[in-house]
Parts: sequence; structure tokens; C-alpha cells
Amino acid sequence: MRVESWVYTIPLRLRSLFRRRLVEQELDDELQYHLHCKTADYVSKGLREEEARRAALLDMQGLTQRKEECRDARRVNLVDDTLQDIRYGLRILARTPGPTALAVLTLALAIGANAVVFALFQSLIARPLNVPRAETLYSLERKDSNSGRMSYPDYLDFRDRNRSFEGLAAYEISPAGLDTGSGNPSSVYVCMVSGNYFDVLGIQPQIGRVFHASDERGPNSAPYVVLSHRAWRERFSADPLIVGRTVQLNKHPYTVLGVTPPEFRGTLLFFSAEIFTPFVNQEQITGVNHLNERRMLSVFLTMGHLKPGVTPAQAIDDINAIGAQIEKTYPTDVARMRFTLADPSLYGSFLGRPVKAFLAGLMLLAALILLAACANLGSLFAARASDRAREVALRLALGAHRRRVLRQLFTEALLVALAGGAAGLLASVTFLRALSSWNPIPRFPIRLNLEPDPFVYALALVLALLAGILFGVLPARQVLAMDPFPIVKSGRLTGTHPRWTARDLLLAFQIAICAVLVTSSLVAVRGLIRSLHTDFGFQPRGTLLAHSALTMAGHPAAAYPAIHQRLVDSVAAIPGVEAAGLIDRIPLGADWANSLMYPEETTDFRPSNAAATAVRFNVSPAYFQAAGTRLLAGRLFTDHDHPRAPRVAIVNRECARRVFGSDAAALGRWFRLRNNIRLQIVGVVEDGKYVSLTEPPRAALFTPLAQSPAAETWLVARTSGNAAEHIAPAIREAFRQTDPALPVYIEPWTQTLDFALFPARVATAALGVMGLIGALLAVTGVFGMAAYSVSKRLKELGIRMALGARRTEVLHAALGRAFKLLAIGGSAGLLLGVLAARVLAAIVYQATPRDPFVLAGVVLALLLLGLVATWIPAHRALSLNPVALLREE
Amino acid sequence: MSKPSDLVQGTLDLLLLKILALEPLNGWAISQRLRQVSGDVLQVSDGSLYPALHKLEQQGWITAEWKATENNRRAKFYSLTRLGRRQLQKETESWTRLSSAITNVIRLEEA
Repeated sequence: MRVESWVYTIPLRLRSLFRRRLVEQELDDELQYHLHCKTADYVSKGLREEEARRAALLDMQGLTQRKEECRDARRVNLVDDTLQDIRYGLRILARTPGPTALAVLTLALAIGANAVVFALFQSLIARPLNVPRAETLYSLERKDSNSGRMSYPDYLDFRDRNRSFEGLAAYEISPAGLDTGSGNPSSVYVCMVSGNYFDVLGIQPQIGRVFHASDERGPNSAPYVVLSHRAWRERFSADPLIVGRTVQLNKHPYTVLGVTPPEFRGTLLFFSAEIFTPFVNQEQITGVNHLNERRMLSVFLTMGHLKPGVTPAQAIDDINAIGAQIEKTYPTDVARMRFTLADPSLYGSFLGRPVKAFLAGLMLLAALILLAACANLGSLFAARASDRAREVALRLALGAHRRRVLRQLFTEALLVALAGGAAGLLASVTFLRALSSWNPIPRFPIRLNLEPDPFVYALALVLALLAGILFGVLPARQVLAMDPFPIVKSGRLTGTHPRWTARDLLLAFQIAICAVLVTSSLVAVRGLIRSLHTDFGFQPRGTLLAHSALTMAGHPAAAYPAIHQRLVDSVAAIPGVEAAGLIDRIPLGADWANSLMYPEETTDFRPSNAAATAVRFNVSPAYFQAAGTRLLAGRLFTDHDHPRAPRVAIVNRECARRVFGSDAAALGRWFRLRNNIRLQIVGVVEDGKYVSLTEPPRAALFTPLAQSPAAETWLVARTSGNAAEHIAPAIREAFRQTDPALPVYIEPWTQTLDFALFPARVATAALGVMGLIGALLAVTGVFGMAAYSVSKRLKELGIRMALGARRTEVLHAALGRAFKLLAIGGSAGLLLGVLAARVLAAIVYQATPRDPFVLAGVVLALLLLGLVATWIPAHRALSLNPVALLREE
Repeated sequence: MSKPSDLVQGTLDLLLLKILALEPLNGWAISQRLRQVSGDVLQVSDGSLYPALHKLEQQGWITAEWKATENNRRAKFYSLTRLGRRQLQKETESWTRLSSAITNVIRLEEA
């Protein structure tokens, strides 16, 4: 039935749309014919020609109106009117380019911010990993430490004994020297993965093949690598003959088996994996073989797909039953083995929780910004509508339907909204592209994949439309309540104004949001600045760090002390270097190691018997001078603390206090490590920050590098004055002369600290941007409100001035409300901001809202903001010419 | 809107369809015919006739064609489509049902 009717209606509609003139002509002809007949009819009844025509027209009850009804019946008026509205709207908007640009910009900011935050949410949380069946992929996470670490033998037990996973894969990330054949190795991060890794994940190679569990036959038995697409492109210029080529990892030959597809970037969202090699090659990659060490937690993460029909709860029970058996079998070797299932993409809740909390905060802020922008545009459009009250009233008085007038206003609002949405989307896409290629910490292949997906575009469109409707409604109320006749007479809206309107409330709310944003960004910036000058327990300024790993040049552990000695000696000899020391792990770096300290008399070394858990560092004698760590009691290490000398240790004050009671009590005392080695404490140094900036005081244990050799080498060179630029090449040369095959990465220590400061930096930057947007919105909001109130009361102000009011009184009358709102909203926002800053303190070190600088800053910012926003309206109010204004009526 | 007060809401369509079912006519002729057959009882104002015709045309119930009239002027002649015939049948049935129901109510004996 319906379809059949289209046979008739579609040609009609098309004709009405595209043959407009013809259709109009026909309509006129048709009605004229009727009039002609009717006139003739009347003439035949005895009326004169003229009277007859008049009577015929009267019978028609208005020719134009009837034509309009016929057009309505044709239903093309909708399209027609819309086009007309758009044309008219564009003309009106173009007539006031300033406010229009302001409105578009406001929306672009708000929608852009939302699109960016949503894209972040999409790529970090909502969108699954780029692996098949990502939704059933789970990792194991320790219940008590948010860590997925376990020993390799533990992993094997879980892999072989569990009945819940289709397969359990494991991996660890380790730096290694990669020589692609140039003889000049560079440092890469290698993913050491279990043989079943690709099979568990279901990754098919793009070129060649991947390795399987059957390729592993014991330690160092599988000299194969699989390249990520990116590594293949960037390090091997996408060599099509790559399969079968031999490369060197830490001087050991490895065969390239294949390349993974471009969308596979490993299973850690932040980390773009480059090279995969079987875990059994641990000794060649890291320099140590811990494949049989149950005490060494050498596996970073284990993961797998649950078997069909197995619930996560069942899997957890299964895993924990195995964990309990392991605990019982190796009581002195393993700590508590209780696990839960987690998401591998953000390393479970270790990164997942802060990232989620941070994103939730950002989304809330972005939503508030959008709301503020809508409130803003609503007032802007209401002001515009009241400025056009006369035009609207005239149209109403001439018989336009209110609906038609509203549609016109809505069209304008939607035009602005769509323009703003498009601009915001464009800006956010540009920003996201930049963020995707950003490598915040050059040493690591940290990359975010932030390609905006269709959802992001859809969100921007929906937000734009929603915003348009939202702020189109505010002026609509005004039009609906309008009585056209007094307005046509007087030219402006009359009637009483309520003391406080919804718009005022919105504005106060918006100012409060802005104050929250400004407060928290100031708190964050202050905290960041302070954390750069905080007491780390070392002095990063004026030092250079050179990082390398002796395994990369294929040296055996026995050769480490000699190489270390040569490196330290040659760097210390560089003019401008005051001290040069070595440490195996840099404090506040990407990783750390803990050692359990036992009382001297201990015989049972199960973890629960330890006196303290201390962060462990192995250092050369000059490290403390080079790092600028102060000695509080006892002595530093010397060259006499060599491998054959008695084992010694230096602890920090926190460790001394915790294990022995005080600095003095610790000196000369003995303790044991888990491997039953006895050490004597010879010195106590100041406390510092070792793992994160926000950590509580931690116990730290330093041992001589010569007595516990390590392949990881961080050389700390303290330089005098600002000769750092010349010293870096000299250090590189010193490394090259020691061993040309040793890749080295040199940067100022302050730069290396970026890793520790990264979360604070990101939080500060994000809050700063949000704060700025919030401030901008508050300015436009207050401006809109002030401009509106001035334009609405021009006549009143003119009369006041004519009656001799002083300038201050005029200003008060014109802008009093704007400032009152600013004060109310500002103080509420400041209060909320101070509360919000408490939350911030967890991310940004030393962020405290009880800071006179911050409080003064916020007040100043709000004042400045009010001044900027009311400047133009105030100027307009003061430059009124009362005579001209009153005569105009 | 100029709805004839003496026409029951919605019956104008029925009348127009019925008249056009007999022969294709132009607007003026329709108004004349309507008056003739109803003995001046049903008067459709000139104002409401054309919008109604255009509406029926848009629904695909009638279709229009320009033809010369007897006095040699061009006029728009409307005729019923197949759809229009079906619609007429439907509306006739419902009108009959409605009017007989109303008639029955009116004829109730007052107690």
C-alpha cells in the first residue's frame, strides 16, 4: 500500500522540489482559473465586473494564504523552509562575526576536549587489545602487590597444572644490544616470551613464521627472533627478504623467523613491542640464568584465554590451589601465592587503576566544560534573541507562527553547534595524531595508539547537536512568552525581570567549575615545580647519566669488574668531570629490586622472617660523591671492598632505624641476605626517593658493585659548571674505547627523571589545559551575561545618567550582578578546588592546596577574568549618550 | 484554517473522492458539482477546496492533468487513481458504519 503510493508521490515531490517555478505557476493558474469562473458566475448574476472579481477573491478568503496551505499540503515546505532558515541564519550570523566566532570557538573547545578525552578512554579502556578474542584474555595478578611477577619455575607449574586456561603465556621485557649487521649495535627492548606466546594469543605472522613451544629445548636453545611490524619497518627498512636473516643480540647470532602483522603491538598498551625471542634465551639476553631460580621473579606477566565454560571465579580458585601447593612445597623460596585475574593491557590494576581514575576525572571535567559551554551559549543566544526582540515581534505580529520563529532560532543554534563541533573535532584529531607519535620517554618505545575511531566522530556530532538543542532552548522560552505588541511599540523586551534566573545560576555554577579547574591546575603546577626541587636523596642537577648493559657486548660476568673499573677511570679523567660512579639501577627509574634483610642469627630464610625489605642498589665507590648523596655516619665504599674482601653494605637512615633502631646502632652491625651471605654495615647515608616520588620513606640497601657484579650499568658523572654539552661526547668516546660494541645512551639525569615525573607532568598538563579552557569559558560566560544586562538596561542606564548618576553608580547598576555572581561562584569553586586538590596529592608530589601562592593565584585569576570579561560591556555602559538614547524612542 | 463548519471533519475527502470517481473534473467544476448534487446543503468554501485537493494528490489518491475546458481555457483536471478508488471504498464503508450507528442512536425511543 505505502510502496504503491510512492509511484505517485515521489515524482510529485521531486517535481515540487526541482521544478519550483513551474509548480508555482501551475498553482497560480489553477486558482486564477477558479477566480475567472467565479467572477463570470457573479457577473451573470448581475454584479459589475469589478465587484464580481472582488467577491470571488473574498470567497477565496485570501489568495496568498490559500497558496501557502497548498504548498504545505505539498510537504516540500519543510525542505524549503529549512533551506531558507539556513540561508537567513548564515546571514544573521555573518552580520555579527565577533559573537559568532566566540560561540563557535567556545563549542570547539568544549567538544574538542570531550572528543580527546573520549578518544583516550576508547583507546586505553574501552577498546580491547589488538589480539583475537581480547575479551577473554586474562593476566594473573598478585592479590597483595598489584604485580604480575613470578619466577620462571612458578610459571611452568601454573602453565602445566592449571585446568582453566587454554594456554598460559609469559613474558618479560629486557634491554639488549641489537646489531642488524652494521657492527654498530643499538639498544632495544626485547620481549622475552614463552614459546607458546604467539599460539596462546592467536597471532599469525605477516611474513615467515613465529616460534612455538616445540622450538624451546632448554637454556639458550632457541636463537630465534620475531620482529614487530614497526621494528621491521624502522630497523630493517621493511626488508622483504628478512626471513632467515641473522642478527646479533648481545653478540649472539639470532635468526629472524618472521614479522607480526602491523596491528599487533604486544599486549601492553603503552609499550610498543619491537622484538620477540623465546624466554629460554634469558641468559644471553639478561646475562643471568634464572630459569631454575624460584626466588627470582623473572617473569613480568603471565596471561591466557579462559577455556570455554570456565568462569573467572573458577579460574582464580584453580590458580590459587596450585599457588598453595607451591607455597607448601617451597616454603623458604616463595612469598604468598594468591592471585586474581586482571586485564593484561594496563598491567592489571597497577596501571589500570590510576589510569581509570585519571580518565574518569578528565571525563567529568570535560563534561563540566561542555555544560559550561552550553550555559554560555545559551546566554549568548538569549542576549541575541532579546536584541532581536523587535524583529521577532514584528514577524509574530505579521502572522508568522511561533513555531516557525522558533525553528529559525534553532536553525541558527544548530548551525553554530555544527560549526563548533566540526572545528572541535578537527582540533582534537590533530591533537590526537600528535599525541600518538609522542614518545615521552625517549629511552623506551612508549607509544599510545590514539587513532580516533568512528565512535569519537559520532560522539562529537551527537554532542554538537545536543549542545545546539540545549542552548537553542533558552531563547526559545523567551520567544514563547513574548507578547509582540508592546515590543513592536517600544522596541525592546519589557516586563519584570526575576531577581535570579536559571541563567544566573548556570553562570555561577560555571564560574565555580572554572575556579575548581584553575585551583587544581595551579596546585598541580606548584606541586610539579616543587617536586623538581625536592630532596631526592641525590642531586640530579649538574650530572650526566650514561646507560648501558655489559651483556649487550656479550661479556661474561667475570669480566664486569675490570670493564667497570676502566669505564669509571676514563670518565673520571675527562676534564670537567668532578666525580664518576656506577650504579646498577637508577633510583626513580623504570624498575627496582628488593632485597630481604635478615637478622644475623637467622637460619630459616622464609620471607616472613625478614627484618626488612629494602630497595637494593649495587654501586661503585665514587657513586655517592657523583650522585651527591650525603654520608651521615661511618664510611663510603672504597676500592678495598673488592670481591675477596669481607662483604660490606651501606644503608639509608630509614633502614638503619627500622632494623637496628638508629644510625649509630647500625654501624658495624651484621645482617644476612636471603642467600645466607653475611654483610657488615659500614656506613649510613641520607634517605631518598627510590621508586616513586610519592612513596613513604623506604629502606634502601647499597652494596659494592665489585662484590655483586651487574651487567646493567648506569654511569653517573658529576660535572662542574655548564660544560655538560662537551662532556657527553667525551663520555661516549670513553665507552667506545672501552668496548666499541657497547651501545650507550647519554642524557642529563634531570631528563631521566622524566620517568618518575611523567604521571605528574601528564596530570599537570591535562589540568592546565582544562583550567585554561575553563577560564576561557568563564570569561565568555561573564562577558555574555554582562553584555546582555547592559544592552537590556540601556534605557534605564541612560535615564540614570541623564538624572546625574555618577559613573560608579552606573557601573554598579550595569555590572553589579555579574560581579556578585563572580564572587559567589568563585568562592564556591575555590572551596571545591581545595577539596579536589586533596585527590591530586596522590598523583602530583607535594601538591597542597594550603599554599598562599595558590590561593592568591586563584583569586587573582578570577579577578583578572572578571575584569577582562566586563571590560567591553562596562565601556559600553559608560560611553552611553543619554540624550541620543532617549531621543531614539 | 478555513474549514467549512457544516462539514463533518474528514468528510470533505470522501466527498471529493466520490465526485471524482464519477468523472475527472477541475477545481471549479468540483465545487459546482458538489453544490448541485447536495442541493446546496454541502457547501465547500473556495478557500478550503484547493488545499484539500492538493493533499489528496500528495497522498497519491488522485492525479492531475492539464486539459482544455469547454470554453477553451487550460484547467487542471483531477481524476481518481487505483489507490484512490480503494481509499474511497474504505471511507465509504466507514462512513456508512458511522452514520448508521449515529442514526440508530438518534432513533432510540425516549423513555
